Amino acid sequence: MLKVKNLSAGYDNVPVIFDVSFEINEGEMVSIIGSNGAGKTTILRAVSGLIKPFAGEIEFLGKRIDMLPPHEIVKLGIAHVPEGRHVFGKMTVRDNLLIGAYTLKNDDEVKKTLEEVYEIFPRLKERENQKAETLSGGEQQMLAIARGLMSKPKLLMVDEMSLGLMPIFVDKVLEILKEISRRGMTILLVEQKVQEALEVADRGYVLQTGRIVAEGSGKELLESELVKKAYMGM
Amino acid sequence: MLLQVIFSGILVGFVYSLVAVGLTLIWGVMDVINFAHGDFLTISMYTVFWLYTLLKLDPLVSLPVATGLVFLLSFLTYKLIIKRVINAPGLTALLATFGLSLFIRNLAQYLWTPNYRFIPTSLVADKKLELAGVIIGMPQLVAAVGSIIMTVAVFYFLKYTKTGRAIQATSLDRDTAKLMGVNTEKIYALTFGISGACVGVAGALLATFFPIYPESGALYSLLAFVIVALGGFGNIAGALYGGVLIGLSEALGGYFLGTQFKYAVVFLIYLLVLQFKPKGLFGW
Repeated sequence: MLKVKNLSAGYDNVPVIFDVSFEINEGEMVSIIGSNGAGKTTILRAVSGLIKPFAGEIEFLGKRIDMLPPHEIVKLGIAHVPEGRHVFGKMTVRDNLLIGAYTLKNDDEVKKTLEEVYEIFPRLKERENQKAETLSGGEQQMLAIARGLMSKPKLLMVDEMSLGLMPIFVDKVLEILKEISRRGMTILLVEQKVQEALEVADRGYVLQTGRIVAEGSGKELLESELVKKAYMGM
Repeated sequence: MLLQVIFSGILVGFVYSLVAVGLTLIWGVMDVINFAHGDFLTISMYTVFWLYTLLKLDPLVSLPVATGLVFLLSFLTYKLIIKRVINAPGLTALLATFGLSLFIRNLAQYLWTPNYRFIPTSLVADKKLELAGVIIGMPQLVAAVGSIIMTVAVFYFLKYTKTGRAIQATSLDRDTAKLMGVNTEKIYALTFGISGACVGVAGALLATFFPIYPESGALYSLLAFVIVALGGFGNIAGALYGGVLIGLSEALGGYFLGTQFKYAVVFLIYLLVLQFKPKGLFGW
């Protein structure tokens, strides 16, 4: 579904990721793990078009997307839930969700999607008229994911959803992502919380200082020397 | 008499509000201060004036034409000028709008001379309303009501339409708005256009009772800056209250201290607010 080939990207002519290649197949849940500053967010920003790659190709559903502006990429079916949640704090929960559905043309479709999303996140329905900034961190993370789902994406990319969340909420959000995955959504998870991210994922990639250094199934990676040593302190 | 002063202050205040709404909108959405804002108002006034002089159209009839024209000019200003400098460092965008302002003023002088022009007859001219001893001029009343309608329309557009939500989202967090599929370039151009439509309406309404000359917009633009600072940058409701407040203080200052001091009162309030509530009275 998504094919990234030899991608290099960064900011102000300083590359952050080098020669990164990976692939996501339809229906999969894939994790890219790595520590702070490894370049995980840069990969997602390049895929969603917020930054233009220096080199390499990004292909989605057989179509080159690395030259497209972000709003075109959303239309093709990629939703990017940004790191740090970035909900629109001054807008209500409902308005946040509606803006998530900006690319949907049909009002009935928006309504239906809203119902579906409320079914996954009943908490958000209870709070739909509250300003997003009044939600707790965990609720804001759920809102950010729900807002991503509102565009009816084919691929959902979730950046560092564990950031600043209590462990109990991390588990809760992961549970929800698993559920969304079971319903057929393709998910790319980018995480510092290595163990949790690899446990839920079908496959994973390990990113170190801008390069992919290992790949395999979630289980394989969890048992690999590299991951154990570098991320679990074993 | 005092009641009379209060009334006329409030009425003109609503027009100030509308001008300020246009200014604060651009600031709120793209962090650009538009120095040419008042000059778009001048263009609207001249449009109404020439349609009146050449085609005998009433200002209220040509209001939509002037509004549409200024909307378009503003839209193009974004596309042709602001777009090129919006990501440039510091004051570049501000200087670009300043240059545009000088250009419009001098072009108007060149084309239409610096003379004061008037629209002596119109649907509202010379009509008055008397309410409990207070005399309200029809032009002022219509200008206030028209301004309120436009302000409320802009407010509802931003709050309850899909495009309005996209404008809000862009103003709150540009990159995240892009991730929602919003074409922020389009939103910027549209925001400039709407801001122009605000002064388009204000200009056409003011043309029924104010002289029209190349600098007529300058005062409004100056007052709009004060109002925007009072109301909080980017705050539409703040601009509405701020406009009425400034209209009132101008009228009351003129009444108690003499008309020559009315702007001194306005700017004194401005200085005090900046000193003690630098984010504005209604700032977020």
